[in-house]
Amino acid sequence: MDKILRIKMQGSGDPVVSVENLGEYAGLGGRAMTSMVVAKEVPPDCHPLGAKNKLVIAPGMLSGTAAAMSGRISIGCKSPLTGTIKESNAGGQAAQVLARLGYAAIIIEGKGNGKDLYKIFINKDGVKVSVDNGLKMLGNYATVEKMKAEFGEKVAIISIGQAGEMKLPAASIACTDMEQRPTRHAGRGGVGAVMGAKGVKTIILDDAGLSNRKPVDEQKFREANREFVNGIRKHGVTGQALPAYGTNVLTNILNEAGGYPTHNFRTGFFEGGAKISGEEQARLMTERGGQPTHGCHRGCIIQCSGIYVDKNGNYISKQPEYETVWAHGGHCGIDDLDKIAVLDRMDDDIGLDTIDTGVAIGVAMDGGLLSFGDADGAINLLKEVEKGTPLGRLIGSGAEIIGKVLGVERVPVVKGQAIPAYDPRSVKGVAVTYATSTMGADHTAGYGVATNILKVGGFVDPLKGEGQVDLSRNLQIATAAIDATGMCLFIAFPILDQPETFNALVDIINAMYGLNLTGDDVAALGKKILSAERDFNKKAGFTKEHDRLPTFFKEESLPPHNTVFDVTDEDLDKVYNF
Amino acid sequence: MRVKVKLFATLAKGRFGERGLELNASTTVLDVVNLVGVDSNDVALIFVNGRHSSFDYLLQEDDRLSLFPPIGGG
Ligand code: SF4
Repeated sequence: MDKILRIKMQGSGDPVVSVENLGEYAGLGGRAMTSMVVAKEVPPDCHPLGAKNKLVIAPGMLSGTAAAMSGRISIGCKSPLTGTIKESNAGGQAAQVLARLGYAAIIIEGKGNGKDLYKIFINKDGVKVSVDNGLKMLGNYATVEKMKAEFGEKVAIISIGQAGEMKLPAASIACTDMEQRPTRHAGRGGVGAVMGAKGVKTIILDDAGLSNRKPVDEQKFREANREFVNGIRKHGVTGQALPAYGTNVLTNILNEAGGYPTHNFRTGFFEGGAKISGEEQARLMTERGGQPTHGCHRGCIIQCSGIYVDKNGNYISKQPEYETVWAHGGHCGIDDLDKIAVLDRMDDDIGLDTIDTGVAIGVAMDGGLLSFGDADGAINLLKEVEKGTPLGRLIGSGAEIIGKVLGVERVPVVKGQAIPAYDPRSVKGVAVTYATSTMGADHTAGYGVATNILKVGGFVDPLKGEGQVDLSRNLQIATAAIDATGMCLFIAFPILDQPETFNALVDIINAMYGLNLTGDDVAALGKKILSAERDFNKKAGFTKEHDRLPTFFKEESLPPHNTVFDVTDEDLDKVYNF
Repeated sequence: MRVKVKLFATLAKGRFGERGLELNASTTVLDVVNLVGVDSNDVALIFVNGRHSSFDYLLQEDDRLSLFPPIGGG
């Protein structure tokens, strides 16, 4: 990973490809790379769909090595959904392959010409950018089929669906998984719309003839990786629960804890929760011959994912994640797993973030466009997005916009991005993250749920305001650093609880790069990333008044615990005191 | 007194998901864990009426006790 690939799309004339040395970006990966490039090179006041925005695609520091769990890719830009800086993170094969190809980042600049759609093919011999208008308004699945036919069964494919081409604010970027299906998405923040604005439909990555990146100290690397793998295997969450039930194991516990936002955040308990739980999903997949345990990329040893099949055993989608099951399920009053799996498949195909799309549909239900519980109505709305009708485009624009259009007061967003599957009033640590994250409402940016609900990394009472700001700050710093490594964020469970596993991770990085980093250096990296992101947002016009939740969370109490969000504004403003 | 007991994820395997139990007064959570044949080492998370609780909590009439192994996601 010693070079950067720049591709400048031009209004007229052919795209210009150049390969550069890393220069000042040396040693960066993942979110550190995307955020530093955006902070340095993108004018904060630019229009996210304009020529001055850049789309940065970066494998993590450890991607493409033999380190377990290292296949996450970061995609960054200025977000069309939030107007903030954005790093959206995905699994799938792309990170490993891109890293083996030697690129620490692909930076796509400029703007498409508005009529041609490009594909970019990268292999060991170079880069080929060509027009392929036959891909116009195809879904991700059809796009991937065509690329497979052209480039073979071994390539990793990054693509956008119709939503990205239409430049909708909830548009995602898909990455293919081990089966070459476009199921792993950089979902949040409308990164797909930025790719669409550049006129790029797909990027095909071929690492034929290349091997894993070599560590500076191979022996130390192997030993540290062994310790790291042991730590992941012995922790109850990553060794047992996630492989057996997937992330959707959370449905029951959030429901039990009264933190499961139901019917557009009216109560914290969903009657139909058990019917759409991870336990039920795993039971059903075992019965039908699906696969409840499956990795999203080679080198994943947790394998939280799975393959969802219908009652005849035919593939529908990957196993929908907890947040997807919530957004299309309890949030909308839908308790039918098969319908939720169809919605997941459609989101992946059209190229939509499942959270922003599901939350938008729930807000539309609140606004009377359809009834809560109407699964077929939800499916029809996604068909509208696919066709690009005005109504479909409104849904694909996310909760804030559809809420305005329908005159809905209860719109659960921060900085325009939908609040995910943990109610701010009964899981207050993650709510502080929603309010203050540089990304808009994003649970992954500082997963307070771990400590509030799951008792990982200690315990802070989810229903009280005390301790949440410190919790969120520490998690946001740690997360920014993990997002730079290319590690799947679920390694946070063992590394929060087991110091030796955290040390093993630091040792892997040191052995890879020949460094002597300590835990403090890792924290310093997290702070550096957050500071750069925050500085960008400030220049883009964001103030502390934007670091707030919608007021209904402070005013309306949430059953069953009848709590409100009561962390004060002054305390929220202390999150970045570091 | 009557208490509702709910077991989740691996704890429910070979046992039950939900059951009403008739218990003597001064029964603790740990007593119930033993009674239903769960190894207390396998219990990571205890909720009573939707709030975090502990093994030594004295159960009350109509309590809902929910037990989980270590779980996570996100
Ligand atoms: S644990 Fe899940 S999300 Fe993480 S890398 Fe593995 S399959 Fe992908």
